Amino acid sequence: MAETNAHTEAPAGKTAFPPFQSQHFPSQVAWLAVSFVLLYVLMSRVALPRIGAILAERSKHISGDLAAAQGFKDQSDAARAAYEKALADARARAQAIATTTRERQAAEAEAINKRLEAQLHQKLTAAEQSIAATRAAAMGNVGTIAAQTAAAIVERLVGKAPADNDVAAAVGETLKR
Amino acid sequence: MKVDPIHQFQIHDLIPMASIGGRDIAFTNSALVMLIIVASVSILLIGATAPRALVPGRLQSIAEVSYEFVANMLRSTAGNEGMKFFPFVFTLFMFVLAANLIGLIPYSFTVTSQLIITASLALTVFVIVVGYGFWKNGLHFLNLFVPKGVPKVILPVIVAIEVLSFLSRPVSHSVRLFANMLAGHITLQVFAGFIIMLAGWGVLGWFGATLPFIMVLLLTALEFLVAVLQAYVFAILTCIYLNDAIHPGH
Repeated sequence: MAETNAHTEAPAGKTAFPPFQSQHFPSQVAWLAVSFVLLYVLMSRVALPRIGAILAERSKHISGDLAAAQGFKDQSDAARAAYEKALADARARAQAIATTTRERQAAEAEAINKRLEAQLHQKLTAAEQSIAATRAAAMGNVGTIAAQTAAAIVERLVGKAPADNDVAAAVGETLKR
Repeated sequence: MKVDPIHQFQIHDLIPMASIGGRDIAFTNSALVMLIIVASVSILLIGATAPRALVPGRLQSIAEVSYEFVANMLRSTAGNEGMKFFPFVFTLFMFVLAANLIGLIPYSFTVTSQLIITASLALTVFVIVVGYGFWKNGLHFLNLFVPKGVPKVILPVIVAIEVLSFLSRPVSHSVRLFANMLAGHITLQVFAGFIIMLAGWGVLGWFGATLPFIMVLLLTALEFLVAVLQAYVFAILTCIYLNDAIHPGH
């Protein structure tokens, strides 16, 4: 310390303030140029491209991962949409099957009803026809029975049997009334 | 025991090398520190990024943060066209930052406290600005000195002031860094000298020496701030000047 102080103090009167000692300027500038250019070359050729590549790689990686995540999300959304569509389709189909079955059964029931009704109607008609026939037959017999009865009555009252034609005509006339 | 606060700025020849035009080019302590700066910045930025880790470690993070810090600074002041100067601005920033920080190590040498160094750097920036400005814009570069919307009457005065302020840029650019580093280091040394001086006075002096000691402690913290801040200021002024070269219109 003492030695270096002596070194600087001895010529203190003559030498300038160290940063202004111009005899060192060329050496300073030369070494600054050497080291600055060296640093510039190292930075611009090696360090900065490498760091830039690292940062670009990272941002590419991150955006790639984000894109992949978005892809998976889209896939899951699509799967979900497909599932919901399938569910809706199945529900609609079930609805359709239920509706057609109900309609078919209703139609079958209707057909059976109609057939039974037709049969019943037929039977009813047949019954009505037989009733009408029976009644017509019965009504046909009424004239004969009335004529015989009238002839018998007249025979009992008069003592003499009237002619069949007269009785028949008279009965017919009375029945018509 | 006397402490010379100026001694720390003294240049010593370590290895005499050559003589160019009667001037000695020697390998000095300043040159040694400049090579140490180059080595440490390179180790940090090249060595630490060697693994090219996708998830960076601490040192690689520092390298990446420095890269993005300077890139954002340049892009926000000079636009995307300014990015062609990115290696230059980055080298400048890292060189000045490393010089300032290495200078804070006791017994080391502060390269940026040498006016010739900061002046050389500032003149390099100035020459690049003027050269690129004329190369890119031709004579339109001179629009830099003619603000728009100024009345014709006072225009000559304004242009004179603009030219003067442009020409004084390298001076303010270099002296700002130089003076900050010089003054900070002298202050540190003076207060450190007080500690030694007071400690030599006996027991009472030991207690008295705690006051400059606390001062040195606080000043050291301040000097770290100044070291980083002045590197930033030097770099951002470079960006602003480059922006003038790229977009000379006001």
